[in-house]
Amino acid sequence: MARPSLALAAEDCFHCGLPIPDSARFVIEARGAWRRFCCAGCEAVSQAITAGGLDDYYRLRTAPAARPAEAAPDDCAIYDDALIQSRFVRTLPDGTREAELVIEGIRCAACAWLLEQSLARVPGVLSATVNATSRRALVRVAEIGVRGDLSGTGTTGSPSDKSPLTPISAVFRAVRGVGYAAWPYEQARLAQVEDGERRRLLRRVCVAGLGMMQVMMYAVPAYIGAADVSADAASLMRWAGFILTIPVLLYSAGPFFTGAWNEMRAWRPGMSTPVAIGLGAAFAASAWSTVRGSGDVYFDSITMFVFLLLGGRYLEHTARTRAARSLHHLAAWMPQSACRVHGLSDAQGEVVPAAHLNVGDLALVRPGETVPADGVVASEGADVSEALLTGESRVLERHRGAALVGGSVNAGAAFVMRVTRVGAETMLSGLRRLMERAASQRPPSVRMAERAAFAFVVFVLGAAAAGLAMWWTFDPTRALWVAVSVLIVTCPCALSLATPVALTVAIGSMARRNLIVTRGASIERLAGVTDVVFDKTGTLTQGLPALRGVIALPGQAEERCIDIAAAIGRLTSHPVDRAIVAAAGPARVTVTRHRIDPGQGAEAVIDGNRVRLGRAAFVQQLTGTPPPFEALPHAETVAWLGSRDGWMAAFRLGDTLRPEARAAIAGLHAMGMRVYMLSGDEPPPALRAARELGIAQVEARATPQRKARFVSELQESGARVAMVGDGLNDGAVLARADVAIAMGSGADLAQLEADAVLLSDNLDDLVAAMRIARAARRIVRENLAWALGYNLLVIPLALAGQVTPLAAGIGMSASSLLVVLNALRLGRMAPASLSR
Amino acid sequence: MDILFLLIPLSVVLAVAIGAAFWLAVDGGQFDDLEGPALRVVVDDDRPERGT
Repeated sequence: MARPSLALAAEDCFHCGLPIPDSARFVIEARGAWRRFCCAGCEAVSQAITAGGLDDYYRLRTAPAARPAEAAPDDCAIYDDALIQSRFVRTLPDGTREAELVIEGIRCAACAWLLEQSLARVPGVLSATVNATSRRALVRVAEIGVRGDLSGTGTTGSPSDKSPLTPISAVFRAVRGVGYAAWPYEQARLAQVEDGERRRLLRRVCVAGLGMMQVMMYAVPAYIGAADVSADAASLMRWAGFILTIPVLLYSAGPFFTGAWNEMRAWRPGMSTPVAIGLGAAFAASAWSTVRGSGDVYFDSITMFVFLLLGGRYLEHTARTRAARSLHHLAAWMPQSACRVHGLSDAQGEVVPAAHLNVGDLALVRPGETVPADGVVASEGADVSEALLTGESRVLERHRGAALVGGSVNAGAAFVMRVTRVGAETMLSGLRRLMERAASQRPPSVRMAERAAFAFVVFVLGAAAAGLAMWWTFDPTRALWVAVSVLIVTCPCALSLATPVALTVAIGSMARRNLIVTRGASIERLAGVTDVVFDKTGTLTQGLPALRGVIALPGQAEERCIDIAAAIGRLTSHPVDRAIVAAAGPARVTVTRHRIDPGQGAEAVIDGNRVRLGRAAFVQQLTGTPPPFEALPHAETVAWLGSRDGWMAAFRLGDTLRPEARAAIAGLHAMGMRVYMLSGDEPPPALRAARELGIAQVEARATPQRKARFVSELQESGARVAMVGDGLNDGAVLARADVAIAMGSGADLAQLEADAVLLSDNLDDLVAAMRIARAARRIVRENLAWALGYNLLVIPLALAGQVTPLAAGIGMSASSLLVVLNALRLGRMAPASLSR
Repeated sequence: MDILFLLIPLSVVLAVAIGAAFWLAVDGGQFDDLEGPALRVVVDDDRPERGT
């Protein structure tokens, strides 16, 4: 097959194509060579694909894969519950069952192929079809197994003895195994809306296209001035054109007329008004000529114009949804499930929707599961990650009775919690409300083309009125006709066609630079940004612990301590241990026996000695003496290493700045932007980070409310603010800013409200995207200038009464073609001119 | 040129018929996935699983 397979640079991840961090050491053999990966997730997925003999995927794909969600907790088991299943699984007439899922992360048709192959291999699956465009999967299975013991209301299915049972969770796990996320379709309202919109737009384009082709044919005799067409035949062709233009005008161009009506009622002429005036005037004049049997008809110009406009919109819509497909943010819409238990020792419990929990209930949270509501720890202790809220994946230790925030993830052993707040009272709901309120207070941004449209309407109506008045004095019979022809030839295509095409191209260029634009208008707003506000943790910094330093105790070799700690760290998946492993060289120490104590640390036997790595208290049980020193600067994590012979070393871990951050901020300064940093941290670390990055204005210890006020104050002083953040605590300030940009590794909810998502987390890409946005704005301006020139040229012609249908047709198509070609120039701009 | 009096109405009818056919195809989901079926036809899916 002559399909060009995707070529990736050697320094980029083989699976997802994102740059590989220097600290990453993930290598496996795939497709006959050693391949490097950016993270453990990509490595594991690629390994699964290769092992399954599905590595043809890498040959077939035309876009790199989406990065699999980091260490996704295995919560697939909740789909085995009969109550939850009844919402997205239906029974077909022949007795088999069909599940409908939405898949996130599909980038090209090869993804659909890969998913179909993997799903077909799940035992019991009869067939699986995956649609690459709508992201939907239909999976037919013989009979679905139901977890009877955990089903909430006791309505278990009646599994027949003969047919093989397929637990539906196996289907979800198969999807996850190859690096995608699956959700029951019923709940993905977002996807349904998208589907309907796409189909409606496609139908409109098709009706306009068909109409255009036919009507153009009827117009040819008039173009060439054919003499041998009888008057009756000419009249018949006019009537045929009239009939075929009606559906184009009423159905395809319907949105322009309703849009114009809404704009008129609000007394704010926008993009639709000039389009509607032009189309309406041209159609009325042509219809009058048709009925009268004499005069010019412009049906060809009308249908062509509608087709070009809708074609531009369809392309923009496709580009935007295609880009947005690579985002993982459906998770935020999903109702959570919870496991209600009746006592601390109850290990089974019943699965219920989180909404059914009551205050005072006990809920079991297994490793990797999400805390279903706000509450307090009822077990001994718990280790949770509040990454959903803060974007920071640091593991937090919570003792018995300590507060837990709903939405955080259990990063340690299973624990039981007591629910204290549910539903609208939880912190998560509060943050969402804060976000929604902020979004509604966002200052309205008037789009450039809309401002131009207002001037355009005034200009065109003025010219038409002048023509009417002028001709009234000379030749009243032609006065009305001249006024109408002015309305027809003044083509608003530069306004209404050039913008969508320029945006389409810009969306594509930005997606190649890993910035996914979710709303079309954000590009224009991005181009006008004067101030950029950064959150610190997770945005300017990595948001993950990294080894800052090793304090080896007297008599201990530092190298040796790192090697031993890394050997133990390889056995766990704790972020702190992973940071030590990333900083160490290749494995030089062998571990003979080991034991992991969740939330405390790990113990291993090395060269016959018991060695412990973890919290001070945990290691102290082995050394027998208290740690040799204590107070280390806060906001740092310390991991201890020790054996029966005594303490060996302390590892200092902390968040580090992104390597490209300094250069990226210098790039923003060079573009004439003011840069600010807001941080929830204490002043000393915040100031230190700002000094290293070259940011002069810093605000430390900022609460979400304070951050939002900071942005409002900037806006009141006339600035256009872009906010770059990653956590839900940034949600309110993101929603308040003119342009909200979320980090790809950040919280799902923050991404949901953002105008754009930076998938690579690389700030260089952000700078490049800003340059693309500015280039797009320049193109739109050029097109508006061209529109002015064109109209200055043709209006005198129309005023002189010299506009024939042929002249109108040529003028409109030439004008449209020119603005589109100019917009396409954006895609060919040299990458060098976009990056430094 | 009398044939025009038959052909022109016929072309209108034809255009309407094509439009209706396309409409039904869009509703039937024929245009929902423009890439996947092309791959599905060409790529082998019966290759035996490779050992790890």
